[in-house]
Amino acid sequence: MMAEKIELTRSNRMSVAWRSQFLQGSWNYERMQNVGWAYSLIPAIKKLYKTKEDRTAALKRHLEFFNTHPYVASPIIGVTLALEEERANGAKIDDTAIQGVKIGMMGPLAGIGDPVFWFTVRPILGALGASLALSGNILGPILFFVLWNAIRMSFIWYTQEFGYKAGSAITQDLSGGLLKDITKGASILGMFILAVLVERWVSIKFAVELPAKKLAEGAYIKFPNGSVTGGKLQEILSQQASGMSLTKMAPNTLQANLDSLIPGLMGLLLTFLAMWLLKKKVSPIVMIIGIFIFGILMHALHIM
Amino acid sequence: MSIISMVLVVIIAFFAGMEGILDEFQIHQPLVSATLIGLATGHLTAGIMLGGSLQMIALGWANIGAAVAPDIALASVASSIIMVKGDNFTATGISVAVASAIPLAVAGLFLTMIVRTIAVGLTHGADAAAKEGKYKTIERLHLFGIMLQGLRIAIPAGLLIAIPASAVQSALSSMPEWLTGGMAIGGGMVVAVGYALVINMMATREVWPFFAIGFALAAISQLTLIALGAIGVALAFIYLNLSKMGGNGGNGSNGGGSNDPVGDILDQY
Repeated sequence: MMAEKIELTRSNRMSVAWRSQFLQGSWNYERMQNVGWAYSLIPAIKKLYKTKEDRTAALKRHLEFFNTHPYVASPIIGVTLALEEERANGAKIDDTAIQGVKIGMMGPLAGIGDPVFWFTVRPILGALGASLALSGNILGPILFFVLWNAIRMSFIWYTQEFGYKAGSAITQDLSGGLLKDITKGASILGMFILAVLVERWVSIKFAVELPAKKLAEGAYIKFPNGSVTGGKLQEILSQQASGMSLTKMAPNTLQANLDSLIPGLMGLLLTFLAMWLLKKKVSPIVMIIGIFIFGILMHALHIM
Repeated sequence: MSIISMVLVVIIAFFAGMEGILDEFQIHQPLVSATLIGLATGHLTAGIMLGGSLQMIALGWANIGAAVAPDIALASVASSIIMVKGDNFTATGISVAVASAIPLAVAGLFLTMIVRTIAVGLTHGADAAAKEGKYKTIERLHLFGIMLQGLRIAIPAGLLIAIPASAVQSALSSMPEWLTGGMAIGGGMVVAVGYALVINMMATREVWPFFAIGFALAAISQLTLIALGAIGVALAFIYLNLSKMGGNGGNGSNGGGSNDPVGDILDQY
């Protein structure tokens, strides 16, 4: 009596996962990722529903508003696949249940995807690649591209499978410990690396010369007025090697003084200033343009 | 540029445009797109270096929710073309190309918004197709939407290629030293904005100490980025494990306020 259970095969699920990479393609201001979402699910809908009415209903159901981080959409897709499969096999799962799972998961998951991918993994891999690339090393871009896509593709596939297997149970797990740990760990690593980036890559160099310092007796090399013998030359060279100054006056720059506090201090202050301006709702673009104008002015005035 | 190079650059621009919205393979990131354009035009090393410099600026740019970040796809494609046409592959040439990328990134924002508005029409087309159960039509509409995003970058790239190289060169060489030198200085500072964006997103009372450790360690120039990454990962694991062992010593639960002491101080001013 009971018809054979319709199941999504591994290749069905893979084709959904492949399509989910194009989730944001028709991103629009009305329902955001909705068309991409429906596009991703079409292989499953075709497999699960055979009548025109069922297919129409399924397509409509999945053209509703949807928006999340593009990679964490995968566990949501997995859960949705499980729910749709149950429904196609006769379980009583109505439209609102499916829509509820989608909406309920997209917010918290986006809250994980944005900090983990956009603000931890990409800046770290990007900085790693860029620091190699700055010297013209082809490994920079290759490393960035390969590592990123390896991480991304395995994340998409395995979280979709996880969602599919866990079914609706995953919604409960979201409040659980693992994901919390991941986000916290990511933000610890992220903050650590950001501080490194601020120190290393925000470059502010003052060109201002301060009055030269007169060095104390013994801190500079005394050159004899007459001719230099071999022994004297050896002495002078060893003095120089031990770090004594060649001249009586040591050049003194503002930059050297700042660096003796802690290298990168001005960059840190500029970053704090930018954070403060952002909190005051100043647009990043305005700040970027402002910094360029500031740089040109300071250079024209020979301060930087 | 030879004809083949031109065609290749437009194709790269098309892919960068699609990726600018998809955000999957990261072809639109400067590290990748500038390198590819460098490769297509025979200036691989300069392309890599330009990509690296732009990548540093764009590290914190991301599309969040409905908000759109400055358009890194247009910025990296167009500034690569400008560099190649300007025929200056020195550090100055690269920093001028980087500076020219910033206004382009802003201009790109408007193009993105236009395409995202046009895509509202696609949604309604998809609705109509769904009523008929025509999934083929929905698929075509979606792929059409992706192609529009590709054209968003490919068309400006094509226009930029069509401008005679001599015009680009004379515009670039007429720039005085105070301007190009100042742009390079600005380029060194501008990365702070991207970092600030990211820090504001992640900062909590709990994680500020790790910022301090990272800042102090970064001054030791012998530590490579990979070494620092390893230290960071280790710190994260140590902290997570210790905070679990520590029992209920107040960990985890949020006190009150924004939980971001430095942010609070900044707020007060």
